[in-house]
Amino acid sequence: MFTRARLIGARLLQAIPVVIGVVVITFILTRALPGDPAVYFAGDAADAASIQEVREKLGLDKPLPQQFMIYVGDLLRGDWGDSLSTGQPVLADLSRRLPASLELTLTALLLSCAIAIPLGVMAATAPGSWRDHLCRVLVTAGVSLPTFFTGILLIFVFYYLLDIAPAPLGRLDFFFIEPEPITGFYLIDSALVGDWETFGGAAKQLVLPAATMAIFTLAPIARMTRAAMLQALSSDFIRTARAAGLSRRKILVGYALRNALLPVVTTLGMVFSFALGANVLVEKVFAWPGIGSYAVDALVASDYAAVQGFVLAMALLFVALNLVIDLAYAVIDPRIGFEAA
Amino acid sequence: MSDATHTQSFAGHVGYVLRQNPITMLAFGMLGFLIFCAALGPALVSYDPLASGAEILQPPSWDHWFGTDHLGRDVFSRVIVATRLDMAISVGAVCLSFIAGSILGCAAGYWGGWLDAVISRGLDMIMAFPLFVLAMGIVAALGNTVENVIYATAVINTPFYARVVRAEVNIRRDAGFVQAAKLAGNSDLRIVALHIFPNALPPMMVQVSLNMGWAVLNAAGLSFIGLGVRPPTPEWGIMVAEGANYIISGEWWLAVFPGLWLMFAVFTFNLLGDGLRDIVDPRQRR
Repeated sequence: MFTRARLIGARLLQAIPVVIGVVVITFILTRALPGDPAVYFAGDAADAASIQEVREKLGLDKPLPQQFMIYVGDLLRGDWGDSLSTGQPVLADLSRRLPASLELTLTALLLSCAIAIPLGVMAATAPGSWRDHLCRVLVTAGVSLPTFFTGILLIFVFYYLLDIAPAPLGRLDFFFIEPEPITGFYLIDSALVGDWETFGGAAKQLVLPAATMAIFTLAPIARMTRAAMLQALSSDFIRTARAAGLSRRKILVGYALRNALLPVVTTLGMVFSFALGANVLVEKVFAWPGIGSYAVDALVASDYAAVQGFVLAMALLFVALNLVIDLAYAVIDPRIGFEAA
Repeated sequence: MSDATHTQSFAGHVGYVLRQNPITMLAFGMLGFLIFCAALGPALVSYDPLASGAEILQPPSWDHWFGTDHLGRDVFSRVIVATRLDMAISVGAVCLSFIAGSILGCAAGYWGGWLDAVISRGLDMIMAFPLFVLAMGIVAALGNTVENVIYATAVINTPFYARVVRAEVNIRRDAGFVQAAKLAGNSDLRIVALHIFPNALPPMMVQVSLNMGWAVLNAAGLSFIGLGVRPPTPEWGIMVAEGANYIISGEWWLAVFPGLWLMFAVFTFNLLGDGLRDIVDPRQRR
């Protein structure tokens, strides 16, 4: 148990240089603005004196290392700059919109795992068969579909043609009242207070965007499951289990899949990178009020502070998710911690 | 003599893999078609992709195979002509990241030490971002132009190439043939470039083809959200974005055809990458 705690501690320490690296890159991005940032932030009607004033206020007249320290200090104090288009502090905007993005991304990943893992298992039980090839072609087609196109296609089929999906306009139809924010996740919040009508409304809005993202992330999960299952199925303990006459189901699920899940959990890190990027496009298509559509609107309006805040927030989120995955891995893997004992 | 049999056996191997795997053969055919469209694009179509006409929002017909858009432009012409631009952006980006990745990977893998540490940590920093988001940030910071879309796509792909090259170079830096080349008086630079690096090319080719699909998707995604290519230039991402406004009123052909074409291109590269991986390393198939 002690070894495991030390492993977790070491992994936490490893995250620190990554966070520093992320902050350095976002700092470089803020200073790489086209032209003079002081002129930009002073606005259109600025004269030389007010530009100079802004330059001093932003600390742009100081040497770069000092500017970097000021930047880090601002970030730590929660001052991520103000958004030009909403007039609000960027950090407040982002934290208000973050639950919408997280709800969408996490639902999509759960959906994706629920489809991809059985697909990978099916392909691995009969390698080289038509089912294996079909699985390969299906997931390759899924990852080749641009998310924004899948989204539009789903809207056309399920909203325009079949008319069973609600209008693709945000998280909740206007005749529902937003649930009292507890976690910020509409599904959880409405379920907590027992408002099943709102729950249904929110779920209906969520299905299409979540399916869009899930289709895109099927491929890496299904492939990894297949590869890991193939490896697990060819190992000695499976042969022993077969020889002992255990049922096929028990061998597949109880022995092979449990061992194959570990490498699948590791690939989730890459899947998150995919998903967070796809999130931006999907939010734009479905007018989802998350941080992705916020960033797209800010980009169109040349609202740099908001875009940079978004990039930094996404990177920190990604680092945190990877950390959680690694920690979960250390907890799940029964071999870790036993070696020292 | 031995060289000839080697080539023959390699060709034989390729032929064998292609016969075993008809999907890869199909992928090569699809690639040929894409190159054909990109090379001859404007000559193949009967309408000017930029000329607006009186027939607006016409569904697909014999005259307009993919219908016409809100300005009366022929969607089929625009889709075909756009092939060249989309391919140029992704080929440009992949070339840049191939070159940058090769140089960084060789330096890190051959000399090692602090150089390796600096390069590897730098690349880790890039990988710490969700890649599409980093590309958005780079284009926003450098300015909204096509060149910057290419640079941004190149930057987010470079770590993949650098890692492959670094690993391949690193395992060979003390190999017998390298020591022989050193004894023969070759400089370090010459050894890395001419003796070690060519060994990394087969896995790099697989990476290129898997990467091309991702680069096409990335570029189209960026122009979908309004970065890079500007209207009225025909480009698949923009055409899907423009068509999206008409989809809820039922004019599906505006968005669907460019989207399908884009998917076709990405699908081609992904299938090709899988097939090339089978040819280069049959054990790696997943």
